[in-house]
Amino acid sequence: MDQPSINNIVLEVSGLKKSFGDFHILSGANLELREKENIVILGHSGTGKSVLFKCIVRLIEPDAGDINVLGENILALKDEKLTELRIKIGYVFQGGALYDSMSVRDNLEFPLKHTKGPGRSQAELNELVEEALSNVGLIKSIDKMPSELSGGMMKRIGLARTLIQKPNILLYDEPTTGLDPVTSGEISELILKVQEDYNTSSLIISHDIKCIEITANQVRVLKEGKFEAGGTLDEMKHHEDPFVNSFFK
Amino acid sequence: MAGRTGIKDTISDFLIGVGDIGSFISTIFYNFLKHGINIQELSKQCYRIGNKTLPLISITGFILGLVLTLQSGPTLAKFGAESMLPGMVSLSIIREIGPVIVALIVAGKVGSGIGAELASMRVTEQLDAMEVSGTNPISFVVTTRVIGVSIMLPLLVLYADAFSILGSYISASAAYNISLEAFMHKAFDVIHYADLIPTIIKTFFFGFAIGLIGAYKGYYAKRGTEGVGEAANSAVVLSSISIFIIDLIAVQVSHIIS
Repeated sequence: MDQPSINNIVLEVSGLKKSFGDFHILSGANLELREKENIVILGHSGTGKSVLFKCIVRLIEPDAGDINVLGENILALKDEKLTELRIKIGYVFQGGALYDSMSVRDNLEFPLKHTKGPGRSQAELNELVEEALSNVGLIKSIDKMPSELSGGMMKRIGLARTLIQKPNILLYDEPTTGLDPVTSGEISELILKVQEDYNTSSLIISHDIKCIEITANQVRVLKEGKFEAGGTLDEMKHHEDPFVNSFFK
Repeated sequence: MAGRTGIKDTISDFLIGVGDIGSFISTIFYNFLKHGINIQELSKQCYRIGNKTLPLISITGFILGLVLTLQSGPTLAKFGAESMLPGMVSLSIIREIGPVIVALIVAGKVGSGIGAELASMRVTEQLDAMEVSGTNPISFVVTTRVIGVSIMLPLLVLYADAFSILGSYISASAAYNISLEAFMHKAFDVIHYADLIPTIIKTFFFGFAIGLIGAYKGYYAKRGTEGVGEAANSAVVLSSISIFIIDLIAVQVSHIIS
C-alpha cells in the first residue's frame, strides 16, 4: 500500500507499561499513528497486542505511560468526556462481539440509541443502519440474528456497528483470523475501503501476510512488551533481525 | 503449617470477595443515581423473569398447598382442630414457605440465567463492545437485571401464594368437604397486613440478592466457556445460601419489631 504524506498524529502511546502480577506484558511501548495511516502490529501470542488496544480505550488501566488520542490524554478523562473520546475510537473485536440477543438491525441501532447524541427518528436510524450495512456489503442480513451469520459476516457486521458512530480511529483485533483466504482478502479490502470512505486511521493486529500486504502503510513488531522494529512492509521483510524476519517467512 | 496457610487463604479470599461485592454494589448504586435506569430494558427483563418462571411457580405453588394440607390435616384432625387447617396452611405459606420456595426456584432459574448470560457476554467481549461504544454496561445490563428480579420476586411470591391456597382448598375440600366460602373465610381471617408487609420486604431483598449475585458472578466471570458454567453454578449456590441468611435475619428483625 502507498505511504500517506506526513499528517498529524492522531494517536500517541508513550512509555506504556502494564503488568498482571509478576507478568510484565507491556514494558514501555511507544507508538505513533498519523491521519489516514494504517499500522499493522505483529508479535507472538501473549506479547501484549490486545492489552495495548484495551489500554488505548481504557478497558484496562495501564500501570504507567501516556496515551494521547486526538490531542487529549485519555488516561486523565472521566465519565462523559471519556465516553465522548471512546466513541471516536472504533474497536473491531476479533469475533465481532455482536449482541447475540439482538438482530443485526438492533445491534447497529444500539450504539445510536443508547449513547448521548442528537435525537434521531426511526427513519433516520433506518437510513444510518442501511448505509453502514451497505458499506460492508451485508444489507440483506439486516433482520438476521447473529447465530445465523458466518464468522466473516459477524466480523463485517461488527465493523458496520463500529462505523455507524463515525469514528476517527479504528482498532482491528485480528480481523482476518479464522477466515478462509477469500473472505480474509475481502475483509482486508474492506478495511482499505473503509479508510477511504470514512477517512480513518487504523491500528491492525494481524499475522495474515495477505492482510498486511493489502492494508499496511507501516508495520510494527512487538517483542517483550516493547516495539522492537518498525517500517514499511518491504523494510520489515528485509530486516536484519531474525526475530522480525521470522514473521514473513 | 500447610493447614494454617489454607485457612488463612480461605479467609483472605472470603474477605476479598466481600470487598469486591461491596464495591460492585456501590458501582450499581452510583450508576443508578447518576444515569437512572433504562425503563425499556427494565420492562423487558421483568417480562423475561415472569415469563421464565410463571409456569414452574404455578405448578410448585399449587402442589405445595395441596401437599401441606394433606400432611397437616390428619394431625389436626387427631385434636379435632380441622377447622384451623385453612388458617394454618395459608399463614405458613404466606409468611415462610411460599417466599423461600419461590425464591429458591427463581435463584435456580433466573439467577443462574443472569450469571450464564453475563458470563457469556464477558467471554465473547459483548460487555467490552458495549463499554467502548459509549454505553455503560453496569447501567444497561446489570442494574436492569438486579432491579428487575427485586421487583418481580415479591409479585411472583404473591402469585404462587394464591396458587398454594387454591391447592390447599382443593385438598381440604376433598378430604373434609369444606366449602370455598368457609375455607377462604377461615384462611384470610388469620392473615393481617402485619404478615404480608414483612414478607414483601423480605422477598424484595431475596430478589436483590439473586440478581446481584448472578450479575456479579457473570460480570466478573473468567474467560472461556468453563467460566460461563462456573458463573451459573456459583450464582445458584450463593443465592440459595443468601436466601436462608436473609430469611434468618428477617425473622429476627420482624420478631424484634413486633
